[in-house]
Amino acid sequence: MTIDTTTPTGTPRAEPALDRRSFLRATALAGGGLLLASYLEPAAAHAASWGAEASLADASLNAFVRIAPDGIVTIMSKNPEIGQGMRTMLPMLIAEELDVDWAQVRVDVADSDPAKYGSQFAGGSTATPTHYDPQRRVGAAARQMLVAAAAAEWGVPASECTTASGVVHHRASGRSRPYGELATRAASLPAPDPKTLALKEPKDFRIIGQRIAGVDNAKLVTGKPLFGIDVTVPGMKYAVHEKAPVFGAKVKSANLDAVRRLPGVHEAFVVEGTAELTGLVGGVAIVADSWWLARKAREALRVVWEEHPTASQSSAGFAARATALQRDGAQHTLRKDGDVDAAFAAAAQVVEARYEYPFLAHATLEPQNCTARFENGKLELWAPSQNPHAGRQLCARTLGIPESDIVVHMTRVGGGFGRRLMNDYMVEAAWIAREAGVPVKLLWTREDDIRHDFYRAAGFHFLKGAVDAQGTLTAWRDHFVTFGEGERTVAGAGMSPAEFPARFVPAFQYDMSTMPLGVPTGFLRAPGSNAIAFVMHSFLDELAHAAKQDPVQFRLALLGDRGLVTDAEGRSPFDAARMRGVLELVAQKSGWGTRSLAKGRGMGVAFHFSHRGYFAEVVEASVSGAGAVTVHKVWVAGDVGSQIINPSGADQQVQGSVLDGLSEAMAQEITIAGGKVTQSNFHDFPLIRLKQAPEVEVHWRLTDNAPTGIGEPALPPVIPALCNAIFAATGRRVRSLPLSKHGFRWAV
Amino acid sequence: MPVTFRVNGTSRTVDVPNDMPLLWVLRDVLDLKGAKFGCGIGQCGACTVHVGGVPMRSCSLPVVAVQGKAVTTIEGLSPDGSHPLQRAWDELDVPQCGYCQAGQIMSAAALLAKTTRPTDAQVDEAMNGNLCRCATYGRIRQAVHRAAELSRGTTAAGAPRTTGR
Repeated sequence: MTIDTTTPTGTPRAEPALDRRSFLRATALAGGGLLLASYLEPAAAHAASWGAEASLADASLNAFVRIAPDGIVTIMSKNPEIGQGMRTMLPMLIAEELDVDWAQVRVDVADSDPAKYGSQFAGGSTATPTHYDPQRRVGAAARQMLVAAAAAEWGVPASECTTASGVVHHRASGRSRPYGELATRAASLPAPDPKTLALKEPKDFRIIGQRIAGVDNAKLVTGKPLFGIDVTVPGMKYAVHEKAPVFGAKVKSANLDAVRRLPGVHEAFVVEGTAELTGLVGGVAIVADSWWLARKAREALRVVWEEHPTASQSSAGFAARATALQRDGAQHTLRKDGDVDAAFAAAAQVVEARYEYPFLAHATLEPQNCTARFENGKLELWAPSQNPHAGRQLCARTLGIPESDIVVHMTRVGGGFGRRLMNDYMVEAAWIAREAGVPVKLLWTREDDIRHDFYRAAGFHFLKGAVDAQGTLTAWRDHFVTFGEGERTVAGAGMSPAEFPARFVPAFQYDMSTMPLGVPTGFLRAPGSNAIAFVMHSFLDELAHAAKQDPVQFRLALLGDRGLVTDAEGRSPFDAARMRGVLELVAQKSGWGTRSLAKGRGMGVAFHFSHRGYFAEVVEASVSGAGAVTVHKVWVAGDVGSQIINPSGADQQVQGSVLDGLSEAMAQEITIAGGKVTQSNFHDFPLIRLKQAPEVEVHWRLTDNAPTGIGEPALPPVIPALCNAIFAATGRRVRSLPLSKHGFRWAV
Repeated sequence: MPVTFRVNGTSRTVDVPNDMPLLWVLRDVLDLKGAKFGCGIGQCGACTVHVGGVPMRSCSLPVVAVQGKAVTTIEGLSPDGSHPLQRAWDELDVPQCGYCQAGQIMSAAALLAKTTRPTDAQVDEAMNGNLCRCATYGRIRQAVHRAAELSRGTTAAGAPRTTGR
């Protein structure tokens, strides 16, 4: 990684808006020490406990700091860890302002408890923008109280005291006290108003901006149980759940008696399920003494399913329907700027193309699972969820019990990618545990996972673009055919009327038509963007070539010299200057246009704005005559504001996103036939492998903007950048994904 | 019929169906949760353990096949997490979600046991069977080389160092 320091940096011009009141409170620990909580709302009375040593009488806190007499600082990490580095990053923010050494810090993990912690959620690259300021204030408040305690003891003004590495100093008198010795006294002092706290200048950061290794690394590399699949509860049994291959179908009959007689089977029963695809999915549950025996018994299970109308749906049918909808004319207009028809009539060149992309599964490496115990009307869950509170609500609704009777423990999550925003596995485990009358660990097979996902929706775009005699993009029309009813699209299948290049082309129109879908959809890393960037930046590339312009220069001309562009009332901001900055940086770093490439080798470029982040990427690839693709290298330039909090984790998120995008582009496709998913495991839904993975060089362009998240926005540009590189290498334009449908494959 | 084998140096006897894969014996009978279930068909490598020093996919290996043999899991790679691969994995901060990493390390350990100074091509070959859904492949490559350095007693790092705790 490099950090581009040509851009002046300083205090960000705007902190993320805090939409909740916050205040801080300190509580003395029974064993001495200071417990600091940041409250989002005035506390409602709510008894809660934290570990064995501390208890708190009040609630609504979103973060804790505990300082033991020996100086060890324990910081509570409140959000799910799905591989995005939250368990490490959030405590770094607190530790920085607390002014302790990272070596003094221990991290503990919160249970899901929105009354105590507020939102506990992993999605949308939101953790940085929503926590960068509040978590630092938690640390700063604790520091201020420790300083006040020392000042009172020494009888000196607090303003004369300084801190460093967990020690308060009074230089004038040469006195020092470590935090651990001040913590009990500090806890008796009033907590400061967080708005009055002075935060460090970025130049004084000692933890933020450092490469900090993941706090769970030692446990991960020694195989300690951390994940949902590793949970063991006394007396638990193991469950599998056979769900209908046709989405929404119910059980008509099943050979339950035969299954119950099989070795190790404790119980087998029909799960009726709820009507909606996002609820409890019906099927047959088998509970056995081991997961292997449950899975073996499932091989003997014979289920007759009710007929279901979704059986008439297929990927081929959707494509044909999209063609018909285009022929019939768009159902809705999302945006119209200028006189589009006149602009096309006046154009020097018009290009038309149909683009499409398939359904995709998430394929988290840890299959869906959850452990549930239902006793005396109360439910306890151990869940690898990105969205545990929603899971608790779903369980409460489905089982008909109050939320207050449900406890959710958040385990480490073996990959999220948006799959575990949905909590179907939680409600399945809860239901099966209650019906079986024993605690159960529900574990899906990989086949269950591929065939019962909330898929990235397929989509179709009918595009028409025009350039004038000077090669300027003058008109753009996209008829987007997606899934839904009327103007309402299914989850993850919409498009913003402000999606680029909207607002950068004078005559511009987005139209949309929808068709019904019986397949559940959801949110896959960089939802919407992971598909739309492919379409927009591939077609932009077509227009650049039609205009006989360099693809980078064509895009720079499109961005022009504009700055922040918004729709009415400041909505849908897009800062053209920030995008120009990353585009120019990635062109420079990749040597765009400066190197002559061998035949069959090409470079492609694309950029995309999503999740508040600006990313431009260049792919250099070779393609053999037989379609074997080698990606030699990917260059990334990103602008996520003024500060990279943990460069180690940030680089990893970008590198992983880029390779994830290459995976999707090359060979991933979920096809629907007869209302069922065709694929089943990694042999037909392949992930990129190590040999195929190129070097990904990451450059950060620091700008005077509040820091934002990096779990998602680096993914979208790489897909069109790869397709554009393949065009540069071969002259073949790929207009539908995956590439494997067109005879391309990885060279190794 | 009971099956007896050594796990991380200790003799264990289990009475389970003979076709039960080693993975489920390790995880659900012997309570060793380090090896992970990812695909069940030997495609992803998350379940990799050593049988007689050879990396094997425990999800597809019936327990009866390890009768009398020595099995090493991630828990037995070192007594205290100090194997050069474990140190390198932390130093280079390889894990993202971390789910695949025990399998990755076991594949790498089998490589380094035979090849003290692997080439890039040898690393690619040895590690290609282990999927990482988070795609930490770049750091896996670096960390295998770094572990080889640590094994040889050299200290120069090939990549930026992270701060551990």
